[in-house]
Amino acid sequence: MAEPLLKLDDLAVHFQVGSALAGGVKTLKAVDGVTLDVKAGECLGLVGESGCGKSTLALAIMGLVPPTRGRLALEGHDIKTVDRMATARTVQMVFQDPYASLNPRQTVRRTLADPLRIHGITDKAEVESRVADMMAKVGLRAEQADRYPHEFSGGQRQRIGIARALILKPKLVICDEPVSALDVSIRAQIINLLLDLKDEMGLSYIMISHDLGVVEHVSDRVAVMYLGRIVERGSWQEIFEDPRHPYTRALIAAIPDPFHRAAVTAKAKAKGEIASALNPPSGCHFHPRCPLKADRCVTEVPLLEAVSEGHVAACHFRDALPT
Amino acid sequence: MSGPLLRVEDLHIALKTEAATYNAVEKVSFEIGRGEAFGLVGESGCGKSITALSVMGLLRRPLSLSGGRIILDNEEIQDASVAEWRRLRGKRIAMIFQEPMTALNPLSPVGRQIAEMFVLHQGANWNEAMDRAEDALRQVQVPSPERRIKDFPHQLSGGMRQRVMIAIALACSPELLIADEPTTALDVTVQAEIIDLMAELCAAKGTAILMISHDLGLVANMCRRVAVMYAGRIVEQQDADAIFAAPRHPYTQGLINSLPRLGERSRRGRQRLQEITGVVPSIAGYPSGCRFNPRCAAVTDICRSVSPEITPLPADGLVRCHHHG
Amino acid sequence: MKLKGGSSLWIGGVLVGIAVAAAIAAPIIQLTDPVLDANLMNAEIPPGADFPFGTDAQGRDIYSRIVHGARISLTVGIVSQICNSLIGVTLGLTAGYWGGWWDDLVSGLTNLMLAIPSLVFALAIMAILGPGLFSLVIALGLTSWSYSCRIARAQVLSLKSQGYVQAARILGYGDLRIMFTQVLPNILGPLIVIATLGMGGAILSEAALSFLGLGIRPPYPSWGSMLSEARDQITTAPWLSVFPGLAIFLTVLGLNLLGDGLRDILDPQSTTRRA
Repeated sequence: MAEPLLKLDDLAVHFQVGSALAGGVKTLKAVDGVTLDVKAGECLGLVGESGCGKSTLALAIMGLVPPTRGRLALEGHDIKTVDRMATARTVQMVFQDPYASLNPRQTVRRTLADPLRIHGITDKAEVESRVADMMAKVGLRAEQADRYPHEFSGGQRQRIGIARALILKPKLVICDEPVSALDVSIRAQIINLLLDLKDEMGLSYIMISHDLGVVEHVSDRVAVMYLGRIVERGSWQEIFEDPRHPYTRALIAAIPDPFHRAAVTAKAKAKGEIASALNPPSGCHFHPRCPLKADRCVTEVPLLEAVSEGHVAACHFRDALPT
Repeated sequence: MSGPLLRVEDLHIALKTEAATYNAVEKVSFEIGRGEAFGLVGESGCGKSITALSVMGLLRRPLSLSGGRIILDNEEIQDASVAEWRRLRGKRIAMIFQEPMTALNPLSPVGRQIAEMFVLHQGANWNEAMDRAEDALRQVQVPSPERRIKDFPHQLSGGMRQRVMIAIALACSPELLIADEPTTALDVTVQAEIIDLMAELCAAKGTAILMISHDLGLVANMCRRVAVMYAGRIVEQQDADAIFAAPRHPYTQGLINSLPRLGERSRRGRQRLQEITGVVPSIAGYPSGCRFNPRCAAVTDICRSVSPEITPLPADGLVRCHHHG
Repeated sequence: MKLKGGSSLWIGGVLVGIAVAAAIAAPIIQLTDPVLDANLMNAEIPPGADFPFGTDAQGRDIYSRIVHGARISLTVGIVSQICNSLIGVTLGLTAGYWGGWWDDLVSGLTNLMLAIPSLVFALAIMAILGPGLFSLVIALGLTSWSYSCRIARAQVLSLKSQGYVQAARILGYGDLRIMFTQVLPNILGPLIVIATLGMGGAILSEAALSFLGLGIRPPYPSWGSMLSEARDQITTAPWLSVFPGLAIFLTVLGLNLLGDGLRDILDPQSTTRRA
């Protein structure tokens, strides 16, 4: 069997926060034992709310924060042994905020050409043609190359951000909430563009989003995170048609569906607020908000166990959820 | 009692810059009945938030009211004095904002901020007001309110802060609650709870809601009637059910069809999303004629030159399009 | 149409421009030689037709000495502030970007520098190196970089988490390249403002050191040393101190206004180049 493009094995990222003088040092388990893989050509949806660790996970994959524990392998090689430049040519990232993610003092051309030069493409004509080619691919006109970011709208900036991520022809692109900062009427353009580019360039995506509609639309497989752990993982059909973790169900129930108003059952909704990752609840992290909470959930951490081939859920009652 | 609670008639809001004066909001009219939830939907910069601010009397330079009437309970309030506005705000019209952290005073315990409303508007003394603040926190389902009233805003989570904002806004049982993107900064599971809470409390107190949001689905779930704004004008207004079943304006149609909907892929397989082409126009570059015309698939010559008038639809609906239908 | 940057930029620019022009053109616009043309017959003549700013106790023309003094005062101000900026920005940029022990070290050093009055520090250096233009520049150029350093470090810390800095790291940019192409251009605005304000400060320090007799040695004119020499005649020949004082005042004021004005136009959003 071919190696998966990306493989995370029990990956954890912990931060020390606070100071010894004021209140004591605490450990923030932003990512706490995540096992995951992404195959070539696939789109993995990563769903979760604030504090679930999805952004930290992305930074760890990009090598921007060191993992505390576990293994991270790119195309079968441990990322610690892979050269930073080689990693850059394999994994890239599209950011959420198109306003903060472009250097205000660089033209589009410079933003796209510099990475090529850094990676050893010194032939002027080749740099020029690859920049022009990339701009055309993301739907920017050639004469816009010498403009600065503030001359573009949010959607156009996100196109520049996508072009920058793809200019080195990476295999895996992490999209961190790529449309949530955009105007509603612009989002479809960017989602379609991402899907087109995926086919055209043979890319794999990790699509990080809290918008389940977007995740369902683009993903082949989906992983749901809650407070640093994956609570459910499976194909998109399994996650959206037969969710086996109460948190996944709560997420789905929370989406207002204007076509089926009042179809939401109060039973599926989560109660209360997300706990702090600094002080997560015992046992199953979700138990204080769970409608199915039992004594066992307070004391015993549920493991990710198979519901069916390729579908796992970390819930003691994964086989006994009401349908 | 007769007439609607709030009537906005032909509202115009001007934006004055050094270079020119623009109409940020134009010909906006709508009515909200007593206890009714009304939604105003649009993208950033479409004028929905400043419309809400004008109803609160909170327009500040460079924005100013340049025409139209705002009628609260048969009384024109658009020219009210500063003192009159102060009496209206909080007591009869209240507002909650997107980011509760910036709307709450960071240096004052939340209980005190709620109690202030009773002291200010109902002449209660502080002891009595603090007791009532605790009740108000209990109403918005903050756990252990007797301890929470002493907390400062930064000690609460985003959802709890928004609950406190709701408690402050509804303290004096206002007739109208304006909610400007009340859940945009919150997580989805928390958002659902806050929306339910707001709807419940307002129904209990008979408070009408003017809900402002970019999320048509969210608004349609909560409100009976919905108006869609684009580039400073209301382009369509219908019952929430009707607007999804039969949107009449191409922009509304685009909004509804362009977003991936949960369950859609299971039902029909992956369909390419319908894009609305182009970009949202900036206020300095509003096109002539129908302001949606450069992005509209059904555009014809008349759209480029003549601004479409309102066409009434059944059940108090309206659409502003030459080719509605 | 309103002037870009407002009136402060223009008034400041004109004041500084006059000072710089005077310094450059000093040998041409001088009336007499500022050092050699001493003539005790002309001693302490009040301002008038022959000597617009009057003469000093040695009978030298104050006006000519002031335009030559501009050369020294501005050289000291500009060169020493460039040293300060280079030191401060390099330390602040690297400390903010790398963090860790280097940041602790630089922050400690900065606080130490802030705790010692820079003039006292400069005095100590001057005492070792002895008076003169070169030692003045060294003394002032090594002692007040802490402001640029602090500003640079604080700006880097806030920029470090911006998407484009992260994107550059992900794309494989080296640390130095990120610092100089991604971070530095975006923090230049406040640093230039600090540098212009610092030039004013350095001119004042030069004046103070010269006033204390540690700056430029007589008979060469600097604005500070002229003030120092005029000390004894302040009641009998006030023009001796008024004109150099005025030169310092107007130049420093000009630099401060220029700094304020630059703050406004260095915002990238205002330098639109719409194609």
